[in-house]
Amino acid sequence: MTEGTSQTAAAAAPLGIAKAATHSASTQCFKGNAKAALGDRDLQNALKFVEVNFIARRQEVADRLPEFEALRDAARDIKDHTLAYLDLYLEAYERRMTEQGGNVHYAVTAEDARNIILDICRKLGARAVTKGKSMVAEEIGLNDFLDANGIAAVETDLGEYIIQLRHEMPSHIIAPAVHLTKAQIEGDFRRAHSDLPRERNLEEPTSLLAEARSVLREKFLAADVGITGANFLVAETGSSVIVTNEGNGDLTATLPRAHIVLASIEKVVPTLEDLAQLLRVLARSATGQEMSVYTTLTTGPRRAGDLDGPAEYHVVLLDNGRSAMLGGEFRDMLRCIRCGACMNHCPVYHAVGGHAYGWVYPGPMGAVLTPALIGIDQARDLPNASTFCGRCEEVCPVRIPLPKMMRSWREREFERHLSPAAARWGLAFWAFFAKRARLYRLATAVAARLMALAARGRGRFRHLPLASGWTRHRDFAAPQGATFQSQWQARRGAARGNADPPGEQGARP
Amino acid sequence: MGETMAERKTRHVGLFVTCLVDLFRPSVGFAAVKLLEDAGCTVEVPRQSCCGQPAFNSGDRATSREIAAQVIDAFAPFDFVVAPSGSCAGMLKIHYPELFRGDPNWQPRADRFAAKTHELLSFLFHVCGVRAVAARLAATATYHDSCSGLRELGLRSEPRALLGTVAGLKLAEMHDANVCCGFGGTFCVKYPDISNAIVAKKAANIAATGASLLLAGDLGCLMNMAGKLQRDGSAIAARHVAEVLAGMTDEPAIGAPHAPSGPAP
Repeated sequence: MTEGTSQTAAAAAPLGIAKAATHSASTQCFKGNAKAALGDRDLQNALKFVEVNFIARRQEVADRLPEFEALRDAARDIKDHTLAYLDLYLEAYERRMTEQGGNVHYAVTAEDARNIILDICRKLGARAVTKGKSMVAEEIGLNDFLDANGIAAVETDLGEYIIQLRHEMPSHIIAPAVHLTKAQIEGDFRRAHSDLPRERNLEEPTSLLAEARSVLREKFLAADVGITGANFLVAETGSSVIVTNEGNGDLTATLPRAHIVLASIEKVVPTLEDLAQLLRVLARSATGQEMSVYTTLTTGPRRAGDLDGPAEYHVVLLDNGRSAMLGGEFRDMLRCIRCGACMNHCPVYHAVGGHAYGWVYPGPMGAVLTPALIGIDQARDLPNASTFCGRCEEVCPVRIPLPKMMRSWREREFERHLSPAAARWGLAFWAFFAKRARLYRLATAVAARLMALAARGRGRFRHLPLASGWTRHRDFAAPQGATFQSQWQARRGAARGNADPPGEQGARP
Repeated sequence: MGETMAERKTRHVGLFVTCLVDLFRPSVGFAAVKLLEDAGCTVEVPRQSCCGQPAFNSGDRATSREIAAQVIDAFAPFDFVVAPSGSCAGMLKIHYPELFRGDPNWQPRADRFAAKTHELLSFLFHVCGVRAVAARLAATATYHDSCSGLRELGLRSEPRALLGTVAGLKLAEMHDANVCCGFGGTFCVKYPDISNAIVAKKAANIAATGASLLLAGDLGCLMNMAGKLQRDGSAIAARHVAEVLAGMTDEPAIGAPHAPSGPAP
């Protein structure tokens, strides 16, 4: 957080609760976002990292572990089982957590969660908050909200810190700043850390890291409240689990007076044994690590005799539309453990990056989850912008049928007439013929001949009036001449020595 | 393998030619017929339109069901249904049963239909036991794995194994052969710029192999990749893998001009 914004926040501190600054979704502008992304050279350079490194690293660790595929099955089954008894496991988690001195708060909506957190901060008189990386905090627009209410929240994960300096959303669920080049980050640091010597060398990524560390160290020590997300909640012990590579989560959880865990309800798993199995697929699928550098379990506030830890421990359990997914066709999406493998392997994500998707969750998992959380009418393009290549499902550690669920969203859109009129008319026109095979054969026989004639022996078109989307970038192959079915019919007729039966005759070659 | 000729002769195949092959490249259909007949099958082509994917992937389930029912009916008389496309075969084999799940009349029919449906090379290799073809082609080719064939049907080694027996043909693997070409059915016209970015990478990977011929098992992907290569001014030819395996490469390649001697038969 820059000095400028924290001063603004302090000055703006109102008596009541300010509304969250719009954590605005641009999901409606997917096509425009995508077009801009395709023309952004920095972004295109940055995206190569995803396409090359994440995929190769995952493959390498998966190949090294003979039981990896069996572990994926087990991970899927653990999540399915938990979802089937989610109410019971949440109650068990709450009971164990409360026994260890923590407070559990249920939040039905994003607004509820924001207010609960603000309330906790106000009761403690908190002015400064540190944050571990949390996608759920992004989902509820927490930083803007706290800022508008006079509380300065500082992101402590390096990637999150960078995008907070830029006032951006994460572009990837595990690598929030993956859309940026090193040079852009250096520019941001020079702008934000203007009190540091101008001539300092920030060429190396390690020097950027060191600078962020020294800036953040002060923030850690000054924070009244630390807020983290949770990768998992363990019902058996009442523990909340975060996996990180920077150790910032631990400092966020242990140094301030209070630790708030913000987690969505589907993060609960039954036992430590289940947790261990899920951890084995999580880091491998995400970053290609066998384990992340830090795996931290926190279980309530500081106990007598503990060397460190917060005096207060709160868990905010967020629903925000998830319980409605439990009973329906998008239930499998609740298995997601947020590893990012689907977007790492998605050709559309590789082409346009995460911001094009317009909200917190990008890529294939976002294309399924976002419409469930903010409404399909707000995110019409997302489930459509997929080639259905199936690579996301192929790598998903909990085997979520992502293409199938994107298709389910397309069905909802079709039923509700949300799909574009031109597409609907085109489909209806095509379907009229496709449902009448005899008519279809006649019509295509004529069309094939006409197109072949129009191509005049050149074999292809450079421009086609009704297919300009195609011919803007590609030539379009012309038909060879007569359709297969008409040629086949003619051959069979000739072989039998008699003419085609009436009405069966296609245009002959 | 290990069957008598008489048993082989009993394989009665209905060819699902696919709408793209029917309309744009009938020579692929005839290559499929030759390969099937060489493997001892009798082939017929019942009246047909399309597998219904444009409707299915646009969320129009009612139309998809109508078309699926029509296809299942049309192919009821055959022992096997074979399609020269992983994408259409995937629709028939994987998605038709999904469309009728829970329907007491149609689900069993869709399941039976799915069980007898195969992608062409998968059928030749696994059902007919074909391990070699008699074709010859002096060229270096690179093979693209189309997504549905690869990920829905597990087709990967079969095309390479059979292409390996074409006399004179060398195979040069491209980088990321298993990555989508950006076609995606209606995706390529709904999101043309993204599709273009994806196929541009594919075209670069194809060109980097130094191959003169691009092969794949799906005409949609092939038209997309060929169109991009041609727009880029590349001389790389593109053909369906069945044309090469059947030794039927006299027709101009996809999108290539007709030979001056006049249209081929």
